[in-house]
Amino acid sequence: MPKEKAITAEMLTKRFGDFIAVNAISFEVDKGEIFGFLGANGAGKTTAMRMFCGLSLPSSGKATVAGLDIYKDNEAIKQRIGYMSQKFSLYEDLTVKENIRFYGGIYGKSDTYIKKETEILLHQLELEAQANTLVGALPLGWKQKLAFSVAIFHQPDIVFLDEPTGGVDPVTRREFWNMIYEAAAKGITVFVTTHYLDEAEYCDRVSIMVDGVIAALDTPAALKKQYHASGMDEVFQQLARGAKRQDN
Amino acid sequence: MNNSVIVQGVSKQYGSKKQPVVALSDISLDIATGELFGLIGPDGAGKTSLFRILTTLLLADKGSATVAGYDVVKEYKAVRKIVGYMPGKFSLYQDLTVEENLHFFATIFHASVADNYHLIKDIYEQIAPFKDRRAGKLSGGMKQKLALCCALIHEPKVLFLDEPTTGVDAVSRNEFWDMLQLLKKKGITIIVSTPYMDEASRCDRVALIQNGRILQVNTPEAIISGFTQPLYAVKAPGMLSLLKQLHNTPGVLAAYPFGEYHHAVMQPGVSLPFLGKDAEVKAVTPNIEDCFIQLMQHHA
Repeated sequence: MPKEKAITAEMLTKRFGDFIAVNAISFEVDKGEIFGFLGANGAGKTTAMRMFCGLSLPSSGKATVAGLDIYKDNEAIKQRIGYMSQKFSLYEDLTVKENIRFYGGIYGKSDTYIKKETEILLHQLELEAQANTLVGALPLGWKQKLAFSVAIFHQPDIVFLDEPTGGVDPVTRREFWNMIYEAAAKGITVFVTTHYLDEAEYCDRVSIMVDGVIAALDTPAALKKQYHASGMDEVFQQLARGAKRQDN
Repeated sequence: MNNSVIVQGVSKQYGSKKQPVVALSDISLDIATGELFGLIGPDGAGKTSLFRILTTLLLADKGSATVAGYDVVKEYKAVRKIVGYMPGKFSLYQDLTVEENLHFFATIFHASVADNYHLIKDIYEQIAPFKDRRAGKLSGGMKQKLALCCALIHEPKVLFLDEPTTGVDAVSRNEFWDMLQLLKKKGITIIVSTPYMDEASRCDRVALIQNGRILQVNTPEAIISGFTQPLYAVKAPGMLSLLKQLHNTPGVLAAYPFGEYHHAVMQPGVSLPFLGKDAEVKAVTPNIEDCFIQLMQHHA
C-alpha cells in the first residue's frame, strides 16, 4: 500500500511579475515524515511555504496539503496545519496560559479540551510555575519550546517550522529536536527550514532549493553519497554556491 | 597604534530592583589591536548589551571599559568618532538610496567616500549596480553589505558587528567571514557576535558567553584542547534508542545528538562498551559546540 501523503506538489509555480520565485517544483512528503526544506536566502523557500500554508495562491501547478487542494481548500488547510517561526510565534504581552488559550480558541477547540490539554502541556514543559508569567519574560529557549507546543496544540496533520531554532543555545536546540521527534512519532508531519546544517541530518529527507527549483532531494545519507560529501554542510555548499539569487 | 578594547568588571541589569533581569555579570575582556574577536553565544546571552555599552549607547551599572584607549563614559565623544557599529537590526535609512546612505554616514563623521573608498571597495563593488535603489528595497544580503560599508566609511579603529550572519545561509555566511579576514589585514580591530558556534574557528580568539557570563575566553584551538575527556561519535540504526542506551551506559558523562552521529563524552580511562554489531563508533576531536555544551553544564 502506498504511503499516505501529507504534501504533494506538481509543477508548483509562483511568479511575481517577471520574477519566478518558485519554478515548477514537484515533490511529495509522506505522512509522519520529518522533511527538511533547505535553501539559500532568496531561493524561494518562504514563498513555497506560504503557498502550502494557504496564505498565497500559486501562479500555476498543483499541490495538496493534508489531502486538500491549495487553490480550493486554502481556508480548510489553515485548520489542519500548525505554524511556528523564529520571528513570530507567541504574544509576548500575554501569559503562558493566555497564549495557549488564545491559540486553542482560534482553532475552535472547546473549553474542556483547552483546559485539559493546557495542564498536560504545562506539565510536560515543566512550566506549571510559570503559567501566569508573561511570555516576554521567559528565556528564549523556553519560549521556542512553548511556541512549538502551541503550534501543535490543536493536533494538526502537519506543522510548518520556519527556522525554529535560530539563536537558540546548543542544549536547548537538541531538546527542541527531541520534541520534533516526539511529534513525528505521534503521526504529525514536520516540515522544517533551518540554517543549521547539522539539523538537516535529523530529518528523514531533505530538499535543497536553489534559485526557485529543487536542486536535490533525498535522505541525508543518500545526498552525502551522491555529492561525495562528509556532511550536509558540504552538500549545501556545493549546491548553493552556484546560486544567482540572493534575498531574504 | 592602540586599537584595543578593555572591559573590566562590567555588569548590567534591567527591570526593577525586585525583579532584576541580569544582562551582564562581571564581564572582563582584553582585546588586542587588530584582533578578530568573536563573542559567541545564544540569543539573550548579553552580546548586544555589551556592544551597546562599548559603543557608548548604554551605561553599565558597574565596571569600566576603554575602546582604543578612550573611556566609554568619560570620553564617549572620542569613542563615537573612532568606532564603527553595525547593529543586529538593520538601521540604515530605508528611504535613502544605497549611495545616499553611504554619503550620509561619511558626512556625519566628516569623512569623504573618496578618501576611504579603499576600505570598502571589495564590498561596495558588489552592491554598486544598485546604488540608486532605496535601501529599504534591497535584499537581505545586500542590506548587510551596505550596512558594513556605512560602518566602515569613516575608517574606524574598532568595528563592532552585532550578529551580522544571523538568518544568513551557510554560503553567504562563509563569504561574510572572508570579507572580515580582508578587513582585519587593514589593522582594524573587529569584534563580532554570533549565535553560530561553527563560526568560532574564523576568529583569532573567542569569548563563549551565556546568561550574561563569560564561560571561557581563548583561541578556538585552546578551547578545544581544553576538552580533555575522550569523545566518540556513535551511529546505529534507531538513533533514538541508541541515545537512551548511551544515557544508561556507565562511564558516559554526556550523550547528545550531533548531526548524523551522537556524541558520547566518556569518563577518562573508561572505554565505551560494545553497542551492538550494527553500531559505528569512532573517536573524534571535539568542536566548539561540544565545548560550549560542556561549559554550559559546568555553569548550570
